[in-house]
Amino acid sequence: MNILLRKFYYGDIPEDKTGGNIVSKDTKSDWPLWEVFIRSKQGLDHKHAGSLHAADAQMAIENARDVYTRRMEGVSIWVVESKDITASNPEEAGELYEPAVDKVYRHPTFYDLPDEVKHM
Amino acid sequence: MSVQELEKIFQDKIDKEVKLEPKDWMPDAYRKTNIRQISQHAHSEIVGMLPEGNWISRAPSLKRKAILLAKVQDEAGHGLYLYSACETLGITREETINDLHSGKAKYSSIFNYPTITWADIGAIGWLVDGAAILNQVMLTRTSYGPYARAMVRICKEESFHQRQGFESLLVLSRGTKEQKEMCQDAINRWWWPSLMMFGPKDSESTNSDQSMKWKIKRKTNDELRQNFVDMIAEQVKILGMTLPDDKLKWNEERRHYDFGEINWEEFWSVVKGNGPCNKQRLEARKKAWEEGEWVREAAAAFAKKRKTSPNPSKGGALAAA
Ligand SMILES: [Fe+2]
Ligand SMILES: [Fe+2]
Repeated sequence: MNILLRKFYYGDIPEDKTGGNIVSKDTKSDWPLWEVFIRSKQGLDHKHAGSLHAADAQMAIENARDVYTRRMEGVSIWVVESKDITASNPEEAGELYEPAVDKVYRHPTFYDLPDEVKHM
Repeated sequence: MSVQELEKIFQDKIDKEVKLEPKDWMPDAYRKTNIRQISQHAHSEIVGMLPEGNWISRAPSLKRKAILLAKVQDEAGHGLYLYSACETLGITREETINDLHSGKAKYSSIFNYPTITWADIGAIGWLVDGAAILNQVMLTRTSYGPYARAMVRICKEESFHQRQGFESLLVLSRGTKEQKEMCQDAINRWWWPSLMMFGPKDSESTNSDQSMKWKIKRKTNDELRQNFVDMIAEQVKILGMTLPDDKLKWNEERRHYDFGEINWEEFWSVVKGNGPCNKQRLEARKKAWEEGEWVREAAAAFAKKRKTSPNPSKGGALAAA
């Protein structure tokens, strides 16, 4: 595909040889990437907030505190090295979720009950 | 599957407003455009700390100093959210930063203008963050998921930036004769560069709009610029100040403000690196990076050492929660 992008929008500054090369992931940096999960309130689940680089888990938590909870957005932080996360493959989504597709009887709306039945 | 089929699936998703996620197939040009745009955006947040950082130690009161510190710290966070979003596209943090330092990657030209007086800090919050907000609100709906999510987070934080700037100018506008003059002078200097932030005019291009088709962008430069002018032309009245444009006038028919022509020669010259502070900004970034080298190394060495002598008090995430 050969598309020439000649129109540049706000935040996309024209330059013939600007950024955007994908080269090898081999990098000298010793700081791994961490995924950050934050519990915003006691009683709620931890939710993915974003990622950051840090030398170790302790530093990752401290950086996460500075970056993701500056306005009291959290009461608990989990960090996990990104490389330790296994993700499902979007290209296999079809097969992976197929078993649930034809099981409408798993939903309460599948069952037709007379209107007289209350509280159900 | 053939590339044509993959491209069709991709475009169908975009047309149906389904967000693209890192592991989804995407055309190379889509990936590259996003890398370029998100990294430029990240660099802008980081370089943008420099003109404001210039005034942290000289803010006129402890309150203003605390506010400015908080704002500048927010911008560092914005840079980080964006660098992280960029990394999901397969470019490393280091490469992105190297591209900034080598001059290959750009950042918003607005940060190549100097902050001469305290009023400039107010004008930046009001005008520069104000212009950025319009763009960023649009980008919360951009088609690439990680970019859109970073924007949602950023937009939540930006509103304080603009409000503190305006309020700071409001104080000056009600002050002494000198303070009023300082306020007007800052507005005069920052107005046109702020308008330039929206980029070239729509009529400058004859090409088909790939970024619009891919829903990376959802409004044109001119649309955003007009929104900005309409907003600021009203707000400036509350300050009792004026914008330095004698063509600025409400157009009843269009229901928009008309305004004068931007100095495009200046625009391109600053983009190309000839703005008042281009050199200074890049040098400051490189210096910070180089002088921080030993800290990064020490932290890595410390982490390595700690790994080899495991800490028994550490449980897994569930245990620690
Ligand atoms: Fe920002
Ligand atoms: Fe901001």
